[in-house]
Formats: sequence, C-alpha cells, structure tokens
Amino acid sequence: MIMNEEQIESKNKSMQSYLAPLVRQIPPSGIRKFFDLVSGNKDIITLGVGEPDFVTPWHVREACVYSLERGFTTYTSNAGIPELREAISNYLDSSFHVSYDPRDQIIVTVGGSEAIDLSLRALITPGDEILIPEPSYISYSPITMIGGGIPVGIETFAKDQFKLTAEALESKITPKSKVLILCYPSNPTGATMTYEDWLPIAKVVEKHDLIVISDEIYAELTYNDKHVSFASIPGMKDRTILVSGFSKAFAMTGWRIGYMCAHPELISAILKIHQYTVMCAPIMGQIAALEALTNGMEEKDRMIESYNQRRRLIVHGFREIGLDCHEPQGAFYAFPSIQSTGLTSEEFAQRLLTEGKVAAVPGNVFGLGGEGFLRCSYATSVSQLHAALDRIGNFVQKVKIEG
Amino acid sequence: MKQLSELKLKVLDLLKEDARRSPELLATLLGVTTEEVTEAITELEEDHIIVKYATVVNWSKVDDEKVTALIEVQITPERGRGFEGIAERIYLYPQVKSVYLMSGAYDLLVEVDGHTLKEVASFVSEKLSTIDSVLSTKTHFILKKYKQDGIIFEDNENDQRLLISP
Repeated sequence: MIMNEEQIESKNKSMQSYLAPLVRQIPPSGIRKFFDLVSGNKDIITLGVGEPDFVTPWHVREACVYSLERGFTTYTSNAGIPELREAISNYLDSSFHVSYDPRDQIIVTVGGSEAIDLSLRALITPGDEILIPEPSYISYSPITMIGGGIPVGIETFAKDQFKLTAEALESKITPKSKVLILCYPSNPTGATMTYEDWLPIAKVVEKHDLIVISDEIYAELTYNDKHVSFASIPGMKDRTILVSGFSKAFAMTGWRIGYMCAHPELISAILKIHQYTVMCAPIMGQIAALEALTNGMEEKDRMIESYNQRRRLIVHGFREIGLDCHEPQGAFYAFPSIQSTGLTSEEFAQRLLTEGKVAAVPGNVFGLGGEGFLRCSYATSVSQLHAALDRIGNFVQKVKIEG
Repeated sequence: MKQLSELKLKVLDLLKEDARRSPELLATLLGVTTEEVTEAITELEEDHIIVKYATVVNWSKVDDEKVTALIEVQITPERGRGFEGIAERIYLYPQVKSVYLMSGAYDLLVEVDGHTLKEVASFVSEKLSTIDSVLSTKTHFILKKYKQDGIIFEDNENDQRLLISP
C-alpha cells in the first residue's frame, strides 16, 4: 500500500500513542542527531568516534574462526563459559586487586551496556534517584528513566580535572537517593580518580547507604597512574556493581562482550533478568574474549602506548591553537574548552563540521558541565590527527577574527 | 648487544612506522623534549643502529617485468673465515638485495633483483654458481609481495567505524 505523507504522519502519530509514556519521554540522543549531519560525507575527518581505531588483534579473530570451525555455536551457561569467568576473575585480581568468585559473582554480558541496563533494572524502584556525575556517557540517564528512576546530575568542573568531589555528591543527596553511577576513567572528559580521590566519596556512599554502579570500561586506558577500581576501596566491594568489558582495551567493540561483578545475592537476582532477556552472551564473542585475556596483554599494552602518544599530540595541538585543554588522564578523549571562541558547543561543533570539515561531539550532549566543551576522540591515526588539528586551528582563527 | 633505553626503543618504533617524522613530533608523541629525541637519534645513528632512512617501494607498480628471486645457496665454509668471505663476495654485487646466513638445509639465502627472468638466471649461472665454494643453488622467483618488513603492500583495512558514536 502506498501512503502519501499526510497518511504516514497520521499513522505515525497514532502509533506513538501505543508507546509507554516513559519511553516516549526519552529525549532523542544528541549524538545521534549530530551523526545524521555527518553520515556519508567523505571529506570529513572525524574525531567523534567512541571506539578504538584498531581492528581486533588477529589472534583473537582467529580464535573465533577456529571455534566456529569446531562447531562451537551453542548457548553457553547463563553467566558465561566457566573458563572465561575464571579468566576475568584472575585478571581483575591481578590487575586491579579486586577478587570475585567466578562461580557466583561474575556474569558475562552483551557488552558493558547490558550490564548497566541489568544493574539499573535490578535496583530501581520508580521514584528512586540515581546520581550521575556529569559530563557523562549518554546512556545512564535514559536507561534510568525507562526504569522509572529519576536521574540526578552532579556537575563536575574542568578546574577539578572533572573529578567527582564529596561536597558535590553530598549536595545532591536526598532521602530518595539510591544509586551512584561512576564512570572513571571518564567518557567524555578523560578524568580519572585516584585512591585518595575515592576515599571521601566512599565515606559519603557509606553514610547515605548508596549502592554504586561503577562502569570501569576504560580501566586499562590510563596514562599516568594505574586505574583504581572503586570496588577496591575498603568497605566498598559489597556496595559496588563493577561493570567492564572488552570493547575499549582489547579493541573489541563489535563483539559485544562485557561483564559485571557483584555480591552473590545481587548477581543471582541480576542473572534472572539476564537469563530471561538474552539467555547468554554469544559464544563466539566469549571465546574471542577468553583468547584476548589469555594471550592479548602484550597487544593491549602496545595499543595503550599508542593512545598515549596521540593523547600528547592532541593536547599539545589544542594548546597551540589557543584552546584550553586539561590533560585527560584516561580513556581516549580530549575535552578542550571552546569558550574563548564565544560560541556555544553546538554552534562550534556545527560550524566546525560545515566550515572546517572536522566532526567532534558538542560537550552539551553529555549533560551538566559539558557546555563550552568539545569531545574529541584521539583514537585515529597520527596523520589524521595532524590534519584535524590544522583544520581546527584555521577554523578557530577565522572565528576569532570575525568575533 | 647493546641494552637500549626505553626512549630509544620508542623512537625506533615510531621512525620504523614513518621515517619522516620530525624530532618535534616525536618529542610531542613521547612526552619528552626535542633535545632528548635529537640526542637519542644522533646516538642511534652513530652506533649504526639506525643504518639508513630508506623508502619502501612497491616496485611492481613501477615496472611489471621486474623480478626478484630468493636463492638458496649451499657452500663450503672457508678455513679461518667461515662464511664471511663468501657472503661478502656475493653481497658486493649491486643486484644482490639481501644476504642472510641460515640454519637448516642450505647456508645462504640471497635475494636478487633483475629486470627480466633471464637476467637473474644468468647472474645465478654466471656469477653465483661459479664461485668456488658454492656447491649448489636453488632459485625461487617471487610472484607477488604481500608484506615486507611488517608493511602490508595493499592495505585494505578501511575504517568501518561510524563517524560519530557514543
């Protein structure tokens, strides 16, 4: 049946009414909106990508191919293949000094994203307030809203290197506060938290009996001090759901393999949701992840060294251009301030895209404290970074002359 | 064998990827001063660890006919000098691109360039086989180079990533 536009529109309108109000209320993703402007344009250099520029190392891909040849195409146990859980447990213990029993404290999930969804679904009662330090990864707040929770942003600032402070956290706490979501190293700011930074946060968490979802997907990507897991802070392990995965450190975004670790009572409840939602994470990805943990550490370190080099290049570049840029300590994003240009983040990003042919994500889409900044991923080749910095430099100069 | 500093190893890695990178760029990438990089490079050059800054050329795009052969050579070592003297007699020919001493079924692996098959063949029969201590040769012509020195010639790994992602 062919419909004219009016008919389509009226049909769409009526379809909207079937949607649950909670879903209808979710605002469209700012990143998605921006993506539509860029897609298909080949002369654009993009610093907007939130994933590694490395292809998954060959030995990992090969392990998956081999497993397919051997016919490993079945479901796995709900929590994931035991060997992988065992490997994750050993890895977390040796790298971050947190120990979880692979039998009842670890679930392998469909990316860290599923782990976050599961955690929030398991914890939220409608009306609960979920504390989210911002600027923040864009998914926490919509997932919170779907569950009937109320996202409460906690603004963080460039002058503190976007670290969360106990005072800022304390000031947002109400009797309804239930969950604190942490994401350090941070997307989009590159902020990290040290042991000393964590201690006062842990006190507030304890005092107000909060439960913490700690998204540590960028844990491997730190450049000065090694990552400190929130679960490793004294007294915090039982209060923390540790979420991580293979996407960033092992260049495995498309495989969708993540994991979550928590107290057995939480894990057994969460496992029910996982089981009824997805059964298990795909076996191909699990086998690949096991190979990455078993034989992929050297390659992982090589990739991290390479990000570190490009991190220095981009920060140096922004400062030469005359944009303030705090030194990001983790992840693979620089978050320079564009306030000196007099433009808003959105204006800057749009004009940079059309006039300068560089795509980067305007800071305001990441919530409180993001306005006036620009998220630039440096997970792209040195030559592309060079070219992008040249273009940004020319654009900023042009804006300043006009201004 | 020299124990190289971490800085020198990193400089070598970066120059191996692209020899035209400036000391300023290397310094930024590695988070050190330009002077430190320049000093490291000078020492690497003086120690002949950096031997040369050469260009990797895909000659098959320039000259279709050009051929390269890998030749397995069995030799009797010379008294007192072992393989060195014979290796030298072979590598001094300009058409010889590389010479390796090998373990296993033969002794030297010799890479020879020529404009035609015939040219390489006559080099083998006239120059190489006629050296006294050469016992036998086995010539293999290279049909296509896919990867050399860690560099893939036709790298088809396009960036498949979405232009913007969370």
